[in-house]
Amino acid sequence: MAGHKHPSYLKIYITLVVLFIVSVVGPEVAPAFGAFAKPVVLLTAFGIAIWKAYLVCAYFMHLKVEKIYAPYILLACLSLLFVFFFGTATDAMFANGHNWVKPMDENEKVEEAMARSYVLNKDKHGGGHGDDDHDSEAH
Amino acid sequence: MAHQIIATGRSRTGIPTGRLAVWWIIGSEILIFGGLIATYLLNRFNHGPSWSVEAANTNTFIGACNTFWLLTSSLFVVYAHAASERRDAAKTRMWIWLTILLGGFFMGFKTYEYATEIHHGFTLFTSNFWSFYYTATGLHGFHVLCGMVILAIIAEGDIKKGRNWHRVENIGLYWHFVDIVWIFLFPLMYIAK
Repeated sequence: MAGHKHPSYLKIYITLVVLFIVSVVGPEVAPAFGAFAKPVVLLTAFGIAIWKAYLVCAYFMHLKVEKIYAPYILLACLSLLFVFFFGTATDAMFANGHNWVKPMDENEKVEEAMARSYVLNKDKHGGGHGDDDHDSEAH
Repeated sequence: MAHQIIATGRSRTGIPTGRLAVWWIIGSEILIFGGLIATYLLNRFNHGPSWSVEAANTNTFIGACNTFWLLTSSLFVVYAHAASERRDAAKTRMWIWLTILLGGFFMGFKTYEYATEIHHGFTLFTSNFWSFYYTATGLHGFHVLCGMVILAIIAEGDIKKGRNWHRVENIGLYWHFVDIVWIFLFPLMYIAK
């Protein structure tokens, strides 16, 4: 793509960094939005991820000026992915059925995960990253 | 026998053969990483509470640093491409090696993160969440490593000798895709807690 005029890569990079900062800070301040906390997390974390991906594709990968075949290839693969996802999700989202085996209840899983979480237990044991006293409860 | 290139100038699509091949590789990678992310989402929807507790143990600071390294490396590799279009070998090699350096930062931070998590007892077999975490980030890290090796080969094997300039753009496309994958892995593994 030697024939096209290059966009300002630095401007796009700065936009990407600003979006990245918003995506990190957004979920941190989301609880302050009360009932809207979840939409704020979804918008700042995942909505911005889609925006960032678009900027990289359009300007850094030059998809905006690439021959139409390239976006067709990518869209065909993305469509196939959505077919796979929705084809399996309709079944996988149900936790019951014929010959269904559920080895552990979700509440038990939460308790197990909380027991091995060093983030939740570090105040109890007075440690954090790099402390040896968590090894005994890790498994 | 001398190596003969026969297909670089032959393309019905108007896209050079090498670049078209890279688009197909990226298409197949969309299915590989997209499949992993889709499965992660299905599990996350089904086991939200326990996966949230597990995700609380990932290190957001390191994940954010790694996002920053990859975003910046994407800028550097696009500068390398621009320099290669001007046939400026010195600048092209400089930007490529800076990209490799940031890829090295990414791998270094990832290694420290893995070591810390394994030290705290979180391995590939601890739970489904950690299986996904190590599979997705490990596969992504492998792609970063491959990209670094290919970038080095292009810088020293091609650009230094003033040939195959188009390969800078091709590896750049791959590198940007690796960056995009991380753009989605970061909120999934480190932000959604």
